[in-house]
Amino acid sequence: MIQTNAVLDAKGLACPMPIVKAKKAINGLEAGQVLEVQATDKGSTADMKAWAESTGHQYLGTIEQGDVLKHYLRKSSGEGKEENKHPYVASNEDLQKIVEANGNAVVLDVREAAEYAFNHIPGAQSLPLGELENRLNELDKETEIYVVCRTGSRSDLAAQKLAQAGFDKVVNIVPGMSDWTGPTEKSVN
Amino acid sequence: MPVNPITTKEIAQKVINKEAFFILDVRNEDAFSDWKVEGENITYLNIPYFDLLDGVEEILEQLPQDQDIVVVCAKEGSSIMVADMLSDEGRTVSYLKGGMKAWSEHLEPVKVGNLKEGGELYQFVRLGKGCLSYMIVSDGEAALIDATRMTDVYLDFAEEIGATIKHVFDTHLHADHISGGRKIAEATNAMYWLPPKDAQEVAFNYQPLEEGRDINIGNTTIIIQPLYSPGHTIGSTSFIVDDAYLLSGDILFIDSIGRPDLAGLAEDWVGDLRKTLYTRYKELSDELVVLPAHFMIIEELNDDGSVSEKLGTLFAKNHGLNIENEAEFRKLVTGNLPPQPNAYQEIREMNMGKINPDEEQQREMEIGPNRCAVR
Repeated sequence: MIQTNAVLDAKGLACPMPIVKAKKAINGLEAGQVLEVQATDKGSTADMKAWAESTGHQYLGTIEQGDVLKHYLRKSSGEGKEENKHPYVASNEDLQKIVEANGNAVVLDVREAAEYAFNHIPGAQSLPLGELENRLNELDKETEIYVVCRTGSRSDLAAQKLAQAGFDKVVNIVPGMSDWTGPTEKSVN
Repeated sequence: MPVNPITTKEIAQKVINKEAFFILDVRNEDAFSDWKVEGENITYLNIPYFDLLDGVEEILEQLPQDQDIVVVCAKEGSSIMVADMLSDEGRTVSYLKGGMKAWSEHLEPVKVGNLKEGGELYQFVRLGKGCLSYMIVSDGEAALIDATRMTDVYLDFAEEIGATIKHVFDTHLHADHISGGRKIAEATNAMYWLPPKDAQEVAFNYQPLEEGRDINIGNTTIIIQPLYSPGHTIGSTSFIVDDAYLLSGDILFIDSIGRPDLAGLAEDWVGDLRKTLYTRYKELSDELVVLPAHFMIIEELNDDGSVSEKLGTLFAKNHGLNIENEAEFRKLVTGNLPPQPNAYQEIREMNMGKINPDEEQQREMEIGPNRCAVR
């Protein structure tokens, strides 16, 4: 069970309806929120991917459960355009070296749970940006925290929030998962 | 303006008649570039349906005023939606009934010729996938060769012309499409023949198709003479029918030659393939009309929609039959092999009777273009 902001039931519907309905559903979401589309039309996987690419939404992945295909999409957010403000920054390559050298390094993945589910750095901890403020007690101020997202923009916001809350060993990883070439793992089948 | 469906049968006629018309294909770009309705005078525009959800105004200018427009998608749902939108804008368009799924399954029967002592030979042209199958009819009896999984088409056709199917053959174990041979044989109590060397792993009973065992159809005059011709598969068998036609299976095509079916065995089989083409076929009459199991490009169609050519003409014009140097031939056949057909292992297992997928899965297995030749 992957946490999402909305679930659309398009089971039993033939093309074009799964996409028509997904378009409406995603219009009702905030930028960056995640939609789960449940469909039974086999062709819907290729179409969801191609549609997301053409509209700028992010296609996260599909899980097959029996006859049902669960597609995960994240509404386009326009992120990656603003300038990052958190002063401590490291590159993907830097992080890869750190992780290789120290298996216990704290990598905090602040993307949505569905994004994390389909692709994340082994050992990374999932803590979506929207939940950060309520879950600060899960983090340790004495340890270095490497914050990662897709493009470096949400992780920048997260790093700023952490700094304001008194965490002073926080490093923002830029760009993040969009360009990550190191090992990854999934927490779904 | 009402939106009318156009059937695969009507599209097939347009393709065969080389009519000029316009296809608006609304599948996604990958699907379109993989395969589409092919025709010599078709003009295409590919815009995925999901890019048209907000309206079709932007593409109106790209649609011709003086040609028939057919909207095509995978199964028809999206093409109806887009056709309706175009109709609301005042344009007259039709949509392909059943979409590419139906097109992939459409078989167009074309009469190739009459047999000497009475009877006919029909070719079933699967335009969407390039497969060719055959029905030989004489005196109320029929034989089928390389039948596709659309078995009803053959059964209905035989009934319509008043023939009973007595023998069903596959020239080899197919890897690119699902054979309907066994199913038809079961439905009609016909004998199902396979080359034993291709059938070592099959999970059903069959008649071994071997050279020297002529098979008669109708009033004992139509002789079907098997000719062992390995190279595409180790068991590949051709047929000489009525001393006039050479059914070459996947060994020899109009514009190309067969390739060894399993890339791993290309080295082993290339010698057999050369011997079949350059020695066995060379000894046959130049006047034989070659009827292959596939065509590769739509230009191979004759004016009546059939695919055929005299053996003598192929020896003069087909590049694959004119490579003097054996090493060069080996290089052509074993180097640069095209990718294997979609799901070819599963298709082989299905044709051996080892797996039994449902119809929807069979459809998925066969999706995409055919790739069994080298040029």
